[in-house]
Amino acid sequence: MTLTAHGKLQLYGALLLLPAAVLLAAFAYLPTIMTVINSLFLPGFRGEPAEFVGVENYQVLFDDPTFWKVARNNLLYALGTIPTSIALALGMALFVNGKLPGRGFVRMAYFTPTILPMIAAANIWMFFYAPQIGLFNSLLEALGFSGVNWLGNPSVALGSVIVMSVWKEAGFFMIFYLAALQSIPPELKEAADLEGTGRWSFFWRVTFPLLMPTTLFVLINALINAVRVVDHLFILTKGGPNNATNLLLYYVYENAFSFFDRTTAATITVVILLVLAVVATLKFTILDRRTHYQ
Amino acid sequence: MRARIPFALSALTAGLLGAGQAAANDPVELTMYYPVAVGGALTDVVDGLVEDFENEHPDIDVEAIYAGNYDDTRVRAMSAMEAGDTPQLSVMFSIDLYELLEQDAIVAFDDLVESDAEREWLDSFYPGLMENGRLDGKTYGIPFQRSTIVLFWNKDAFEAAGLDPETPPENWEQMAEMAATVREASDGDQWGVMVPSTGYPYWMFQAFAFQNGHRLMSEDGTEVYFDDPAAIEALEYWVSLADEHDAMPDDTIEWGTLRQNFIEESTAMMWHTTGNLSAVRSDADFDFGVAMLPMKTQRGSPTGGGNFYVFKDTTEEEQRAAMTFIRWMTAPERAAAWSIETGYMGVSPAAYETEALRDYVEDFAPAAVARDQLEHSTAELSTYQGGRVRRALDNAVQAALTGQMTPEEALTQAQQEAEGVLRRYAR
Repeated sequence: MTLTAHGKLQLYGALLLLPAAVLLAAFAYLPTIMTVINSLFLPGFRGEPAEFVGVENYQVLFDDPTFWKVARNNLLYALGTIPTSIALALGMALFVNGKLPGRGFVRMAYFTPTILPMIAAANIWMFFYAPQIGLFNSLLEALGFSGVNWLGNPSVALGSVIVMSVWKEAGFFMIFYLAALQSIPPELKEAADLEGTGRWSFFWRVTFPLLMPTTLFVLINALINAVRVVDHLFILTKGGPNNATNLLLYYVYENAFSFFDRTTAATITVVILLVLAVVATLKFTILDRRTHYQ
Repeated sequence: MRARIPFALSALTAGLLGAGQAAANDPVELTMYYPVAVGGALTDVVDGLVEDFENEHPDIDVEAIYAGNYDDTRVRAMSAMEAGDTPQLSVMFSIDLYELLEQDAIVAFDDLVESDAEREWLDSFYPGLMENGRLDGKTYGIPFQRSTIVLFWNKDAFEAAGLDPETPPENWEQMAEMAATVREASDGDQWGVMVPSTGYPYWMFQAFAFQNGHRLMSEDGTEVYFDDPAAIEALEYWVSLADEHDAMPDDTIEWGTLRQNFIEESTAMMWHTTGNLSAVRSDADFDFGVAMLPMKTQRGSPTGGGNFYVFKDTTEEEQRAAMTFIRWMTAPERAAAWSIETGYMGVSPAAYETEALRDYVEDFAPAAVARDQLEHSTAELSTYQGGRVRRALDNAVQAALTGQMTPEEALTQAQQEAEGVLRRYAR
């Protein structure tokens, strides 16, 4: 059998895509489909066969006050971590992109939190936050303030978790900004200097728009991380006190592995996937139009 | 989760190593997961014991895999089971019994024992430690790293506050008073008492409730009694230590850092598992004592910790080998050595009659407190749907301690949640 030149090209293309397609199908699409199917069944009680219940699992989930509390926590967590870590990353990138003594050292210092495994970082921060023996309260007490129970007080615990996440993430995003800053042609700055443009308006009119593709990329990553990374909760709070720091993915884990309730875990997972898909679509359609690609 | 990757690698390596040895002399291969809940170098102790066993039993090859805390270990063992790679045995939370049974994962030791000596061995442990391992007259869990909650107190701090350093509190009232005295005498530098309320809040609460004469669950694991007046009174007392007596810090107290708090003398007393005893002994540079928990109407503490389980989906030969290993590990001399190294209890009366442990207890009296408290102990909270039921109670305890709800509201809500979950199990 001989193939036409066009057919060969088609086959060549398909073969190139095959490894990625197999991996994606096995580790992304198939589990997603299984999860959706799982979320539509109620497992049998003591060996009875599973029963198809349609959207009942979703109704039960939406009646669960803990789910709404956890969802609200996750929203606050996203609002707390995303803008802060992006702003901080941009600030740090601008700072270490300029001429300053010991620049390599400062860059490395900013990037260090990223290299640490989340579990290790959380273990360190647990002792920072420890109420009587921790670093933060020792500092506060030296300044004459009374200490705070950072992780044990439900009204500050989520904030404490957010601060640690920002510390962990900002350095990573800084690297992207730094790379983007270095790809901006220096002629633009020279031209702006000739025109007498102020630093502030140069930043807003030239640098920031040119960084938009990076910002969009970082934004999507930060959003995904806000839902995807919960390792620190295992160490810091286990979702407590009384669910004050519980996040969606941790709640999924609890349902699946502490409560052995795969159905609820699958149902929450589908809800997370849907929300993320909607947000990502919105971001790409709205922000993409305003983003200037070089 | 990133923890999975090194686990997968080590499992793979273990498999490869195991395969190499199997070709040589064909020993029975056993995989065992085990948890460490108190930190320290316990993995070295387990590795040492396993090595000794293998030297004595060249026909059995044991791969002991440290799997994190109790929850992690359950997840690991269950995931391995679902992946068709069932371990032959594991040390898991004693209260995982109902879940393991519901998943039809484990076998009863009664069906494994053959000789009279083995049957005798089954009855050689402290009855208090068997409560969490038995159901309907069958034994599914063999006690290994078992503990109770005890009171650690700092004698130097007691002396500095004008209290008798040799007299720990006998009852609730005294504990609150003594703790408040320490707090006052130290001018707010040192807390009187800390009871951890993260990690395992339900466990600590069980102690309070039992001291007030109340058990939180039925024996068959199908009912709970969280909103009983005795339980509410117990939680009110716990909350009052911070609210009224100013003897304990507000909000929740972290399980993981509490030992450090005690060692750095930021609290004069703590309630913690006996599993911490050896670590406190080696790290504390002050005089400390260990006592039974104080009483309200009676002494009391739940037992806790890990049992050996043998899994169902394994060959008969492997199950027999697993039993040989478990028998060896829980023999009096090993139980004694394990207790000395860790602070966990010697699991049988015979262990305390060994020369090693007898000498140790004589030299270091606190080592016997857990054993003496055993007669006042109750089974750890264990029911069907245990994860959810314990979570409901954990939330209630934390809600009360952080002032989000009154003890009565919190426990009433936990009771409702637990009843909803357990509805289908009522017999």
